[in-house]
Amino acid sequence: MNIIVCIKQVPDTTEIKIDPVKGTLIREGVPSIMNPDDKGGLELALRLKDQFGAKVTVISMGPPQADVIMREAFAMGADRAILLSDRKFAGSDTLATSYAISGLCRTLDYDLIIAGRQAIDGDTAQVGPEMAEHLGLPQVSYVCDAKLLDNGNLLVHKENEDSVQVLEVEGKCLLTVLASAFEPRYMTVSGIVEAYNREVEVWGADKIDYDENRLGLSGSPTKVFQSFPKAMKAPGEVHEVSEEEAVELIVNKLKEKHII
Amino acid sequence: MIRSFAENEVKPLAAEVDEQERFPMETVEKMGKLGLMGIPIPKQYGGAGGTVQMYIMAVEELSRVCATTGVVLSAHTSLCMAPILENGTEEQKMKYLPKLASGEWIGAFGLTEPNAGTDAAMQQTTAVDAGDKWILNGTKIFITNASYANVFIVMAMTDKSKGTKGISAFIVEKGMPGFSIGKKELKMGIRGSATCELIFENCEVPKENLLGQLGKGFSIAMKTLDGGRIGIASQALGIAQGAMDETVKYTKERKQFGKAIAQFQNTQFQMADLKTKVEAARFLVRSAAWKKDNGIPYSADAAMAKLFAAETAMEVTTKAVQFHGGYGYTREYPVERMMRDAKITEIYEGTSEVQRMVIAGHLFK
Repeated sequence: MNIIVCIKQVPDTTEIKIDPVKGTLIREGVPSIMNPDDKGGLELALRLKDQFGAKVTVISMGPPQADVIMREAFAMGADRAILLSDRKFAGSDTLATSYAISGLCRTLDYDLIIAGRQAIDGDTAQVGPEMAEHLGLPQVSYVCDAKLLDNGNLLVHKENEDSVQVLEVEGKCLLTVLASAFEPRYMTVSGIVEAYNREVEVWGADKIDYDENRLGLSGSPTKVFQSFPKAMKAPGEVHEVSEEEAVELIVNKLKEKHII
Repeated sequence: MIRSFAENEVKPLAAEVDEQERFPMETVEKMGKLGLMGIPIPKQYGGAGGTVQMYIMAVEELSRVCATTGVVLSAHTSLCMAPILENGTEEQKMKYLPKLASGEWIGAFGLTEPNAGTDAAMQQTTAVDAGDKWILNGTKIFITNASYANVFIVMAMTDKSKGTKGISAFIVEKGMPGFSIGKKELKMGIRGSATCELIFENCEVPKENLLGQLGKGFSIAMKTLDGGRIGIASQALGIAQGAMDETVKYTKERKQFGKAIAQFQNTQFQMADLKTKVEAARFLVRSAAWKKDNGIPYSADAAMAKLFAAETAMEVTTKAVQFHGGYGYTREYPVERMMRDAKITEIYEGTSEVQRMVIAGHLFK
């Protein structure tokens, strides 16, 4: 089985601040990490590899610095890494991004594409589903479990807000997965040592078939008009009470608001 | 990777391991699976094929949250695997290193005796050539990892008339006839590391288990300790860093006289000095490791790194307790443990006085 896993380098938003004037993310000094949902996707791919044998190819689109997460993927157990990096892709929104990455996928031989549900820097959850549309693949989003059946189909659990849907998928498909369902493995020390001796393939736009107008800024219908931090809701109330009183207080407040 | 492993798997056990004086076997097993037990060992011997630098950074990160776990790795790697790798025959390397590097076996080192501490040349343990085997008699004390180890590098006198040139090194396995583990020490710090006596009563060691040449044991031991000191210096550095982290966090939260104590200039100036020392220790440690990785003599560097890092660890942890005030003196906060753990780094694998002897020896040679 050949599995493609889409990964993205993102700023660690647990440490990020928003510029109060411009409303944009302050990226300076913020560490970059592999997007958590994508890492969950890689973990799922590696579990399928452990159980059934597979070749896992990680792909990403981004600046050359994204090399670091490709090596992290190697150290976790990925077999091949391709980074799509070209000035032509600059300014891409989700549509242009999914178009370019789908172009990359078309050049590869695959049975399954796994993407993270969403990236923590944009939270759109659009790139995975859009790729499925570009590639004409069935898709299952919000995946919390997946295994390969004897008949070659995938049995997939999709997490809805208050239920879990179990689906059997035939043939090639695309899954978007939840980080919470796939606790990623640690990199191994020998994996880290090897990761720096292996090649991350860096591909320019010339390696894929594309329509110039659908790439980068010109292929991006989304224009960010404004972004700003959410206004704080009314400040909370502070009560200095004992543990027993606290329980009663919380229960009463919840009842007051008809939550329970 | 090692930081998240330390935070998620090691830190939660640190207080318990100390309190119960329990060897963190479950952590060692996890470390084995991730390749942490054989970082600087070449791939052909089952190691990760990493560098000394990577290994000592692992010791630092582990010690930042749990000094016990740090020394388990340091003694295993520097004191057992390194001498086998550097002095062993191909057969010895193939027999011992893969199992040690995978963590299936744990390693230890036996040099210290009741009457041979800093004066390590006064070895009273003897090894007598009995034709097809060696017969060892004597006692070793304060042996890290002892009751959990499978392989021990043991120094013994093979020819007393030759002084230090009459000392030889042996690879002893757990379960060899006449070899037993004696009493476990009750210690001030690093209480989870199993520190015990080794007892040899007509212990039979196969002929092929002589490590290096006959009579080269003392030089093997000294060279091994040179390497080990970088590991212990990293352990000390990790303890110091851990205490810094705790103190920065605490002084930002703790309010007295209406403001966080981190806002007082006394706190700021003292912490600035400590931070500078920790960073200086880090450079000494990394520089010694870099020299070892690059085949440059590093004996004095290792001694300076250990001396400075150990004394820095002691100073930082003592002040960390002071910054925490009464809370710091309780076992509710980790800094009292770190202070107890720090002390040993000024003592084992050569006391600070021995480090000064080594440094002066290089200076005035």
